[in-house]
Amino acid sequence: MAGDLATREGDAFLDGVWREEGTTPPRIEAAMRDLLNGRHATGEATVPARVLNLIAIVDREWRGEVENRLERVGRYHPSRTIVCAVEEGRTTLDAWAALTEEDDPAPGAIAVAHEQVEVTVGPVHLAHLDSIVDPLVVTDLPTVVWAPHGHEEGVDALLALAQVVLVDSGAEPDGAEALARATQLAQSAYVVDLAWLRSTPWRERVSSAFDPPRARPALREISAVTVKHHPDSGAAALLFVGWLASRLDWEPAGLARQDGAQHGCLSAGKNAVAIHLERHEMQVPGLYGLTIETASGVSLTLERGQGGLRAHRRTRRGQESEWTVMGASRGEAGILGEGVRQALLRDPTYRPALAAAGVMAA
Amino acid sequence: MATLEHEQPNPLVEGLERLPVHPTMLVIFGATGDLSNRKLLPAIYNLAHEGALPERFYLIGTSRSEMTHDEFRGRAREAITRYSRRRPDDRVLGALLEVMHYVPGSFDDASVYERMAELGAGFDEQAALPLNRCYYLSTAPAFFPVIVGMLGGAGLDSHEGAEVRIVIEKPFGTTLESARALNREVLCAFEESQVFRIDHYLGKETVQNVLAFRFANEMFEPVWNRNYIDYVQITAAEDIGVGTRAGYYDTSGALRDLVQNHMLQLLALLCMEPPVAFEADKIRNEKVKVVQSIRPPVPERVSEVAVRGRYEPGVVGGEQVNGYLEEEAVPQDSRTETYVALRLAVDNWRWADVPFYLRTGKRLARKVTEIAVTLKPVPHLAFQQTDGSVGVQQNQLILTVQPNEGVTLSIGAKIPGSRMRIRPVNMEFLYGTAFLSQSPEAYERLIVDAMRGDATLFTRDDEVDALWGIVDPILKGWQNAPEPVARYAAGSQGPAEADRLLAEGHRWRAI
Repeated sequence: MAGDLATREGDAFLDGVWREEGTTPPRIEAAMRDLLNGRHATGEATVPARVLNLIAIVDREWRGEVENRLERVGRYHPSRTIVCAVEEGRTTLDAWAALTEEDDPAPGAIAVAHEQVEVTVGPVHLAHLDSIVDPLVVTDLPTVVWAPHGHEEGVDALLALAQVVLVDSGAEPDGAEALARATQLAQSAYVVDLAWLRSTPWRERVSSAFDPPRARPALREISAVTVKHHPDSGAAALLFVGWLASRLDWEPAGLARQDGAQHGCLSAGKNAVAIHLERHEMQVPGLYGLTIETASGVSLTLERGQGGLRAHRRTRRGQESEWTVMGASRGEAGILGEGVRQALLRDPTYRPALAAAGVMAA
Repeated sequence: MATLEHEQPNPLVEGLERLPVHPTMLVIFGATGDLSNRKLLPAIYNLAHEGALPERFYLIGTSRSEMTHDEFRGRAREAITRYSRRRPDDRVLGALLEVMHYVPGSFDDASVYERMAELGAGFDEQAALPLNRCYYLSTAPAFFPVIVGMLGGAGLDSHEGAEVRIVIEKPFGTTLESARALNREVLCAFEESQVFRIDHYLGKETVQNVLAFRFANEMFEPVWNRNYIDYVQITAAEDIGVGTRAGYYDTSGALRDLVQNHMLQLLALLCMEPPVAFEADKIRNEKVKVVQSIRPPVPERVSEVAVRGRYEPGVVGGEQVNGYLEEEAVPQDSRTETYVALRLAVDNWRWADVPFYLRTGKRLARKVTEIAVTLKPVPHLAFQQTDGSVGVQQNQLILTVQPNEGVTLSIGAKIPGSRMRIRPVNMEFLYGTAFLSQSPEAYERLIVDAMRGDATLFTRDDEVDALWGIVDPILKGWQNAPEPVARYAAGSQGPAEADRLLAEGHRWRAI
């Protein structure tokens, strides 16, 4: 295949991978086209996936880790991944590009291929990263930017090009700062927040618990919410409470910090809702558990357990019951995959939850 | 019946992909059968895995086999491990098995229903609220009236403060008369709003995509009528034989097995008027209107609109295979059709005079399910047709349901060169390149819909009646004036006799 693909002087194709040092965006783009044409020329029935462009801005030394995370995303793998690996002191561009097919398509099925590009850039390039990336994205596909190692300058440069920014508010040491950054990005693009996605099963369960018509009135009687979270997942806890506040018309207010925990009181019409966010040592980021109590004595507790969430309910008559709400953990790769999938959807409840969380974190 | 769900909206559901399902007790009749093992139990596991089951969920399996709760759980574990589309997570599977129970007994034994009710009362107490009941009839059709009658007789057709629903597998009747009789029996015990007649085909993503294709795109609707469409072909071809299903298949045949339900459903989705909203009855109203517009064949003249065939020995994939009569458990004097082709007419303003050709069969050249819409020729051809090219062909729009789900539009394009020569080329869209997520099994979607009470993808009583109204005259025509069953070689395109259904200038697409 290398011979078929080596159509221009200086190009280097080896085992279906194109590489070039000191390259330019138009040459990378031309190489991507040649990779596909070369595959067709060899008679292989390859169809490139056309779902979205994912631009990942990463530290060059940690790019392998990010690429591994993306590989584990599995079936939600973006169709064209452009990794911009930032290397200190660099002033020229190096790049490689490849076309990777899904393993073992079913007999008679079309082989769907994903395109990968990695461009090594320097900090000097970040302010105008759009001029490098623009020729590399598939036109008319949604474009998602993800910068797990910071590089805000690069993200800002791509905001005119991208429709979606993937963030992880839970990965930042300062939850308030992370929420403020997400709020700022949400002014220009649709934000998919992995911290928000980690709270999805919890939001679904709470919604289900109060869904039976007889249980719904209790939503207006909630008097206390306690959330236990990974020490680094304060933002996830704030987003969860922000979601409740925005859906139930509670007035958000700043929470006080004490010994790593956060406490406060939100106004819910004539009632008050006590909020407690507590750190909990655990292996994975996200929430560990939550308890919702009402003024009439009803309480619902959900905690991580075997095969799902362990639920405990106390009725207003004091009757107690425990059960498992079934569901498998998605793991961190699953969360990232879900983030990629959510980039193509729109959740109208995130921004109101983010706004309320931002007020509580301030 | 309670309609409590509508009393006060739940403000927490907005933005969630998985809508809450009311706490439910699901009862599977025929829980040790093939459908339960291969489809239902694995689907329920996958729902548990994804957190899509109700917050409180209990399952009761029932069948005639004597076994304990634990023995049933062991069988369920085996079936799920073997047939689930994903490898089961031991912890989730363990949690699911804990809520499974088993009641052995004959379906006409009142004590079975008493034990079921006792278990249900215990579950209500554990959950501290009345659970919805969802009865899933996955038994031989002969038991449907028995079970329905026993449920009604035992007072299990309603439950204070909760909803009771019944899911009935296909086939819903074997003739128009038997379908009507079954409907009467069912509606004696249950209200229509409680009844969910399942046709798993409607749960397939690609079938639902027909609706999305038609009603989410402005460009196709203006040509979606008799003014622009010349004819339509719906094909559901299988490359396999009857296999181990001969016992059932020989009493059914291709017409009942695929046309009466799946293929006519596809036709209805293709031809229906746009619904006002994507709601169960609004969609079903439009489907029923279309099915009722299909001109019922006249039994005495059935050969003009229908051809039946049977596969003979042949070569499939390079291997010699048996003919239908040589298959295990097929009677030597069988006249059951393994192939059927129909020409139908939809007598309404939109579709008058547009022929709809349907064909399905086993042991055909390959497995494919597709809808092919052929547009009329251009009114005036400015290009020469004797220039050594294939020339201008009628546009075809192909909706492929399986495999390689997608949409193909054939258009005329200029062949590169100095002359103005035209040949057809394809604009192709494959779902697999645009949606990387794995589609859920049809049963996963349908089980949740039934538990939620969403009947959009289920068949209503008047729809069943109308569907049988088309098929029944053909069955009667074949029964009363039996013409020879046409023969076709296994691995072929089907019997040549099917060509006689085609109007002049029309042709079957290659399978």
